[in-house]
Amino acid sequence: MTLMKVIKLEENAVDIDAASVHYRDLNEEINRVVNEGAKHIIIRNVNGQRFIGAGLQGDDIRIDIHGVAGNDLAVFMDGPTIEVFDNAQDGVGNTMNAGKVYIHGHAGDVCGYGMRGGSLFVLGDVGYRVGIHMKAYMGKTPVLVVGGTAGHFLGEYMAGGIIVLLGIEKRAGQRIAGDYLGTGMHGGTIFVRGEVDNRRVGKEVGIEKLDENDNLVLKRELSEFSRVFHLSYDEVMSEPFVKLFPKTHRPYGPMYNSRWSWQRGG
Amino acid sequence: MIEGYKRYNDPRDTSGCGLVGFINRDGKRVDGSNIIKSLCLMKDRGNGLGAGFAAYGIYPDMADYYAIHVMMDKPEVKPHVEHVLYKFFNVHREEEIPTRQNPNIKNPPVFWRYFVEPKNECLLQGEEQDGLVVRAVMSVNNNVSGAYVISSGKNMGAFKGVGEPADIADFFNIEDYKAYIWMGHTRFPTNTPGWWGGAHPFTILDWAIVHNGEITSYGTNRAFLEMYGYKCTLLTDTEVVAYALDYLLRQQKMPLRAAFYALASPFWKDIDMESAEDREFAEALKAIRIQYGPLLLNGPFAILFGWRNGLVGFNDRIKLRPLFAGEKDETLYMASEEATIREICAKPDRLWMPRAGEPVIGMLKEGA
Repeated sequence: MTLMKVIKLEENAVDIDAASVHYRDLNEEINRVVNEGAKHIIIRNVNGQRFIGAGLQGDDIRIDIHGVAGNDLAVFMDGPTIEVFDNAQDGVGNTMNAGKVYIHGHAGDVCGYGMRGGSLFVLGDVGYRVGIHMKAYMGKTPVLVVGGTAGHFLGEYMAGGIIVLLGIEKRAGQRIAGDYLGTGMHGGTIFVRGEVDNRRVGKEVGIEKLDENDNLVLKRELSEFSRVFHLSYDEVMSEPFVKLFPKTHRPYGPMYNSRWSWQRGG
Repeated sequence: MIEGYKRYNDPRDTSGCGLVGFINRDGKRVDGSNIIKSLCLMKDRGNGLGAGFAAYGIYPDMADYYAIHVMMDKPEVKPHVEHVLYKFFNVHREEEIPTRQNPNIKNPPVFWRYFVEPKNECLLQGEEQDGLVVRAVMSVNNNVSGAYVISSGKNMGAFKGVGEPADIADFFNIEDYKAYIWMGHTRFPTNTPGWWGGAHPFTILDWAIVHNGEITSYGTNRAFLEMYGYKCTLLTDTEVVAYALDYLLRQQKMPLRAAFYALASPFWKDIDMESAEDREFAEALKAIRIQYGPLLLNGPFAILFGWRNGLVGFNDRIKLRPLFAGEKDETLYMASEEATIREICAKPDRLWMPRAGEPVIGMLKEGA
């Protein structure tokens, strides 16, 4: 095992050098310093360590990550703020409950899976199956904002919450979203900056213009997004948005109903 | 044909496979330290039931001869292997593949390599040397109990077995080989045994495959390939991919992209959509899909495919397994995770997430 360099800075701040440290040791160390009262944890030389911030609680805890955050960053996280000054891999914010994750680079596949609270902001692109099965839960509304483009299945089976796809700096000919956008969606809202290709949108999804309330939501989230990543809010808002919504809250209801009635002998 | 796999059939923790590969397009050879370092970063993706490497450019002094790497359950099998090899080939040199004592490698098979040239009198009417080599490999794998040819290309070789990446690398002295294409794999066996022959890469001639995922169309693919003389003896789905590419690229002489459109053909609805934009292309896709339907790979996969002239990474059509690419000067890297690439190339010129069904192709330059 490589010895981890941990330096205690002033005022409950800790600096951890994660170079060649196994993820289990790193995460145990994070838990240890949090239990000792650390509020600001700076982790350097991260390269692929998994599960950083897993299940971590405490609204006043802040983690800065320098390097590539590994799979399942902020999984089950419940309160803290994590800022990644590089890229993140797959599964960021998996089943996250509360808190904030800001990623200055891109993020991989299945980000925001089953997310039920808090916000996840990615400045760059995201991979496939992002925001699958997000849900609003007991007054919580998860928010996922993607500055770049997304692969197939964005918001598949979405049950609640908000996804905003901006497509800033997409390359010529590149589609803002992949295929099967919102397929099986039965709750929540997806806002897309610019146009969407109707043929690539799930058949359970309706497309319409934004109303007053939608504009307020966008203003709130994109002001914060612009502030976090030092973007011009006016530029972010310079193109019109479309809103994707579920046409029904039980798209597969009839399928199950008929099966149940069959089982009852009907 | 291996019977000894039952020896290694012990259960371990679950995770997922990891793969990594890189090519220097100028043909510059590097030692094995980087492939080991990057693969070891993904140790937690495998579970110690399989790791392996493929390397191109490792036998420059023997580059004119096919290098036949053979895995044998026990030394007594060797005469039976040689009975086949000496029938098909003039053997220029034979030697044991150097291995090291490693405390974590239990009960390893024996590894020999033969540098051979096909006997002209053994060629069938119209057959080329490659075809004869494939026949010889199939003959060993299918007829010699306890032996398996794990690679058979020129100036390349596969090294694989049951163990963690670091231990398999140590066992085979991987850091001592110098190659312009390196491929590595750490395995988490899902539905087939974790045994020495089941570790990746899978090869035939100098085509080598490492794979993360499941080929659920294995039965269909295998049935088709068996009609063309390919015998699947390794008890693992990935094996069909190596043979499918040999069939498409060598036997059918298909262009590279067309071969990948056969294996990961676009969905019919996408072909229809394409039809509105580029009718000719859509017709070609349709023809490939119909003609080579039995070779369509179903199920989730990320695959790296190497041969003497290049390295290709490709995914299933909806990207059910991770694949990442990076580039620095003349080296193209691909891996299951971004961190794997960054571990050996801190500041790439370009980093990207390849799209589903779009192969990433790294070709050796002409004359390199």
